[in-house]
Amino acid sequence: MPDTMAVDYTTSIPNNVGLSEDRRVLKALEKWHPGYLDWWKEMGPEGFQESLVYLRTAVGVETGGWAKFDYVKMPEYRWGILLAPQDKERLIGFGQHKGMPAWQEVPGEYRAMLRRLCVIQGDTEPASVEQQRHLGATAPSLYDMRNLFQVNVEEARHLWAMVYLLQKYFGKDGREEADGLLRRRSGDVDQPRMLGAFNEVTPDWLSFFMFTYFTDRDGKMQLESLAQSGFDPLARTTRFMLTEEAHHMFVGDSGINRVIKRTCEAMIAAGIHDPYDINAVRSLGVIDLPTLQKKANLHYSLSLDLFGSEISTNAANAYTNGLKGRYREDKIDDDHQLLNETYPVLRLINGEVETTLEPALTALNMRLRDDYTRETASGIKRWNKQIEKAGISYELKLPNVTFNRKIGVFSEIETSPEGLILDHKVFEERKDEWLPSQDDGAFVASLMHAEVRPGYYAGWIAPPKMGIDNKSGDFEFVQIQ
Amino acid sequence: MRINFNTNPEKYKHWKINVVGKRANLIMDVSESGGLFPGYELKLNSYDLGVDIELHDALQRLRFEHPEVQVVVLSSGKPKVFCAGANIKMLGGASHGHKVNFCKFTNETRNSMEDANDNSGQRYVAAVGGACAGGGYELALATDHIILIDDGSSGVSLPEVALLAVLPGTGGITRVTDKRKVRRDRADIFCATEEGVRGNRALEWNLVDELVSPSLFEEALSSRVELMASTSDRPVDEIGVTLNPIKLEIKEDRLSYSSLDVEIKRAESIAELLIKGPTGKTPANVEEVITMGDQFWPLRLARELDDAVLQLRFNEEEIAVMAFNSIGSDSAVKEHCDFLQANKSHWLIREIILFWTRVLKRIDLTSKTIITKIEPGSCFVGFLAELVFAADRSFMADGVFDGNNYGEASLLLTAANFGRHPMSNQISRLATRFLSDTSWEKMLRPHIGIDLKAEAADDLGLITAIYDEIDWEEEIRLFVEERVSFSPDALTGLEANTRFAGPETMETKIFGRLTAWQNWIFQRANAVGEAGALSQYGSGKKANFDRKRV
Repeated sequence: MPDTMAVDYTTSIPNNVGLSEDRRVLKALEKWHPGYLDWWKEMGPEGFQESLVYLRTAVGVETGGWAKFDYVKMPEYRWGILLAPQDKERLIGFGQHKGMPAWQEVPGEYRAMLRRLCVIQGDTEPASVEQQRHLGATAPSLYDMRNLFQVNVEEARHLWAMVYLLQKYFGKDGREEADGLLRRRSGDVDQPRMLGAFNEVTPDWLSFFMFTYFTDRDGKMQLESLAQSGFDPLARTTRFMLTEEAHHMFVGDSGINRVIKRTCEAMIAAGIHDPYDINAVRSLGVIDLPTLQKKANLHYSLSLDLFGSEISTNAANAYTNGLKGRYREDKIDDDHQLLNETYPVLRLINGEVETTLEPALTALNMRLRDDYTRETASGIKRWNKQIEKAGISYELKLPNVTFNRKIGVFSEIETSPEGLILDHKVFEERKDEWLPSQDDGAFVASLMHAEVRPGYYAGWIAPPKMGIDNKSGDFEFVQIQ
Repeated sequence: MRINFNTNPEKYKHWKINVVGKRANLIMDVSESGGLFPGYELKLNSYDLGVDIELHDALQRLRFEHPEVQVVVLSSGKPKVFCAGANIKMLGGASHGHKVNFCKFTNETRNSMEDANDNSGQRYVAAVGGACAGGGYELALATDHIILIDDGSSGVSLPEVALLAVLPGTGGITRVTDKRKVRRDRADIFCATEEGVRGNRALEWNLVDELVSPSLFEEALSSRVELMASTSDRPVDEIGVTLNPIKLEIKEDRLSYSSLDVEIKRAESIAELLIKGPTGKTPANVEEVITMGDQFWPLRLARELDDAVLQLRFNEEEIAVMAFNSIGSDSAVKEHCDFLQANKSHWLIREIILFWTRVLKRIDLTSKTIITKIEPGSCFVGFLAELVFAADRSFMADGVFDGNNYGEASLLLTAANFGRHPMSNQISRLATRFLSDTSWEKMLRPHIGIDLKAEAADDLGLITAIYDEIDWEEEIRLFVEERVSFSPDALTGLEANTRFAGPETMETKIFGRLTAWQNWIFQRANAVGEAGALSQYGSGKKANFDRKRV
């Protein structure tokens, strides 16, 4: 038996799944590997491939102490296959198979559905790397640049995680899907990524922080649901991915916090107290708070779309069949089958937004989205404290879930961020008040200049309290070659 | 609720037609809230009978009103979905009878697309992007050419077995195996895979004809249209015939059309259809027909008869017997019949002949006993005589009857009876009738154009029985009463078997085999029982199957 805590670095692909004894899958992955490296070189971070980046690499999967920090050239990063430790007694926690031993092999009946879940999850991972590939050139500091690259290599590792499942458990079709994950490209007309938000551009660092805060958090919610899966290898894979995902969320949360801190400091220093005096604030070379609000509006609404339709048969089937649970299913106190439960769902009835009680099984997307909104709101609170502490009267808010939606029932209507239903024409006239305009984009872009001197930070963002791995903020996180 | 089949593009909720020169774009853009019945939303371009009634109307108009249209491009007006198939909630809530009638009508509509493609020079191409599932793929299968967008996510599927425990019953399986000739094991994989097949595999397995990347799609479609148009013989410079609303007066027990009267005798479970022969003179040339437009008697009657049969199917489910009667001048019908034959290569006359073929097929496929009564004064000539050969039993009056001025009843064969209106089995009703006798045509051809009285018709085997004035009414009454006393299900099965002797074709397989299996499955608990897959669909709850193989 392989030691499932330690990572085996003796094979070409680091892993804790006993690959050296599983020749068939090792062979399949070795075949996939060159294509993956080509993809990384073509679509991974632009430039900096020869630079030494202070990255963490997983050496074990036990809680804490699994990461080792060192300088690595990104193409030499040891991408591997890491699953959280196996609980041999684990039972399926929900759905019609509740109480049966968790599956260690794919049940034939659910093969297609599980494969689909892995492919959709897998497709988002390389997509975000592709979306962020130009950002290295305008990093506001070496610290931020390193964080970006850490996020990138780990998203790429998450691709590996899904590819391992596809190769090991889903046969020939799985291998074809694994190849497809390398073939699609974010934003490509002919071969786009599967989900809309992953085909949008990430044009600047503010977008990157917003993306990691809002959109990666959707990823986290999805992973949390999959971590409950009755298919144990998927549950274990996603559990370990979640430990990495936490860092990505931190990058977004702290990034936006630092932008706010810098803006507030600059405003106070210049004696500006009106947050809406946008020209005055912008003349200080910092990002005004209303623009931050607009960016949040955009990224929050795009991310809500990722949860799919409010009422979903697919989500219900995945739950009943024990494939995808609810957020922290194991902490919920109910029958975990939901056959007769209801859940309040916002719907559009005769042109009005109303709450109706729907069968809880078909409302699972809605429930996950509500969990997401709750978590997202807590970050907003932290940011507002920062603004309040500076003595500026401004409050960031999450827009209504009806705002700027492209998927689900609200895609049929236009509303203000407060949820007021608007005529299409009125919305078009006013949308620059609520969503980033071309001018806003141009202004943010004008601030994007690389700051690559150790210990220096671009003027629009405050330094972190502390660097990574207990290093100070002036540590040389990237040795640019 | 009475279902109405009369519509026109101004009333459409679900389809858009735009004609640009020789190309028509037929765009499916189903209104979610536009369902025919309450209780379901037509999401993702899913359809119900209302959507198909509009499609049927659109297909008719493209043929008659647009001689210049050589290629019809079938596409979706919604992003990321071509068509998700028949609406499952609608099917779940519908009575068995409605489901069967719905499937039959949609099958007939798909067949009429193939008829336009094969016989009328109006070629169909499906431009498929996004999800194309179940009935959506069946719709695409009815076209002559399927172009699939190769974007990594668009694909075709028949998820019925895996998802709903039923069959792709609108020709799905049969068109995969018999039209597209997909290898049987691949067809098996395809029909058992909920998510279906995308990209190269779809092309390799011949599930689609062409695979094109999104950026090249419009260009590829345009060149396909050009290529297909080059095989069409439809005239680009002629003006079509407008199909005005059918004149129909509906009363409690009567449907009155201009040349057809339907009396519904609910107590006796019989509908008496009385066809009225032409009153004006036969046009001298096709130009006159074009001037008459939809009032040209053969066209007007075909539309009315088609509507009446649909009304009887959907709105009069308990009517067991359709009795065809006619009144009019034999010679006037014969003149019209000969006129059609003489001008059959003209696009409009061709359309009218093909329309009659479809109407007669619709009658063949109706789950009601068909009887035809040839009486003094009737005019069963040529294409109307097909109603005699379509009947399960045909009766002919022998000798003159008291109380009218008509002479003896007669039956008249024309060229129309010798292959102009084939049945679903691709042979004529007479060929089907005389299956045991290879020389039937040689025997009957000499009788073309000759008044056949009862005894002669009987000797030739053209009718079931002849009765004189004394027995006529009583014999028919007894027959109908006996008929109505039998199980309607057993009769449907019996008639479906006796009507379609002879060769199997894709159409007979679809109606006789696929549909029969589908209807069996539709009745079984594994589909429609409380724990059946169709009943549980959408609830997230799992179907519980009875595992016995029957």
